[in-house]
Amino acid sequence: MLESLSPSFNYWIYVIIMMIGLYAMISKNNFVKKLIGMSIFQTAIILFYVSISVKEGSTIPILYHDQIHPEHGEHHEDGQGDHHQALDTLAKEHHDSHADHGDAAAGSHYPDLVIKPDDFSNPLPHVLMLTAIVVGVSTLGVGLAITQKLYGEFGSIEESEILDTIKSSND
Amino acid sequence: MKILGLIAVILTGGLLLSAVHDFPDWGDTTSPANSYRLSQYYITETIHVTAVPNMVTAVLADFRGYDTMFETVVIFTAGIAIIGVLRRYGPGPKLAAPKETISKEKPDLIITTTCRLLIPIIQIFALYVIAHGHHSPGGGFQGGVIFGASFILLAVAKDLQTAQKWVPEKRVLKLAVIGILIYAGFGLVAMLFGSNFLDYSVLHPLMPATDSIMARSHSMLGVEIGVAFTVTAIMFSIYSNLASGGDLKEGL
Repeated sequence: MLESLSPSFNYWIYVIIMMIGLYAMISKNNFVKKLIGMSIFQTAIILFYVSISVKEGSTIPILYHDQIHPEHGEHHEDGQGDHHQALDTLAKEHHDSHADHGDAAAGSHYPDLVIKPDDFSNPLPHVLMLTAIVVGVSTLGVGLAITQKLYGEFGSIEESEILDTIKSSND
Repeated sequence: MKILGLIAVILTGGLLLSAVHDFPDWGDTTSPANSYRLSQYYITETIHVTAVPNMVTAVLADFRGYDTMFETVVIFTAGIAIIGVLRRYGPGPKLAAPKETISKEKPDLIITTTCRLLIPIIQIFALYVIAHGHHSPGGGFQGGVIFGASFILLAVAKDLQTAQKWVPEKRVLKLAVIGILIYAGFGLVAMLFGSNFLDYSVLHPLMPATDSIMARSHSMLGVEIGVAFTVTAIMFSIYSNLASGGDLKEGL
């Protein structure tokens, strides 16, 4: 349904989520709420990257077992058997043309296996976001630790109260 | 301040939304990110050059090995930073105690029994996620987080001291360092064999593998185990420091 609204609804969603996070970071007074806003912001970025990696009619970037070992798939239904045969013949045709330039595939354990790029979603954004999640956890942890230290120091996690305390101690 | 923030947010959001129609459509196979030959190479050639069916793990641990190594270092640095900010030895400025504390009685029978049943299963599942990470969804980061969560569950259900018996602070830091050393060790051994840092294909004399392609697959598993060590240790370290306010005595 969303798709009929706009072919790029994923960008609308990521912008809205990101702006919710940005608003929380700018205008919330409470440091924990600011950190929650930062997490929402990071989630929006992750959503953006992962939605870029989507291809129409593709699946997750992991080869399934039957695809790597087609000989194990013979006991399957007829339709799938046909599919495998078609895949095998396609693989052989492609392999002949592949051997001309394929120095990367030299010594491959699956020389007859040919993968069409459009069958699998783009793995690179997934990898980048895996690392982004790790950075998100790290920054959230450090932020919470600093917030806890501030609470021990000032007895408050409200930004305005801490600023008032600093100002009055300076005067 | 709130009005200013709202104006800034609306302006930024409007700018970003005005650029939306320049982006490729949802699911577009010809978009720049999807049609560029780098990602196409990852999809079509990963199984041939590394024998790993999970392209994400292959890109993570092999093609972008540097990135992942320093990602592990980021996790480690975050753990060290949290210890540096929060850790207190001996009496110090105590955080104001919450007014209503949970009773100090022995933990409930249901909770302890459930923990005893659940934690081994969680840990076995975590090991499965780590070990099978290059054939199915999973890997060092995910499995490490699950493994760390099992210790956090122990600390939440019983108390922090019980969990500290299993993973005291010294052991946590040793595990975290060992994880990074495992990862960097793979790179250094590759250099000793006369190749580039983190080029696993030259490691095949050391592996129970037949050729340089399977060596990359096995090295990815080793590297993921290193990542899992660090992530497990740092996850529990972050929790125990945050929950106890730095003295590692009393948790939540």
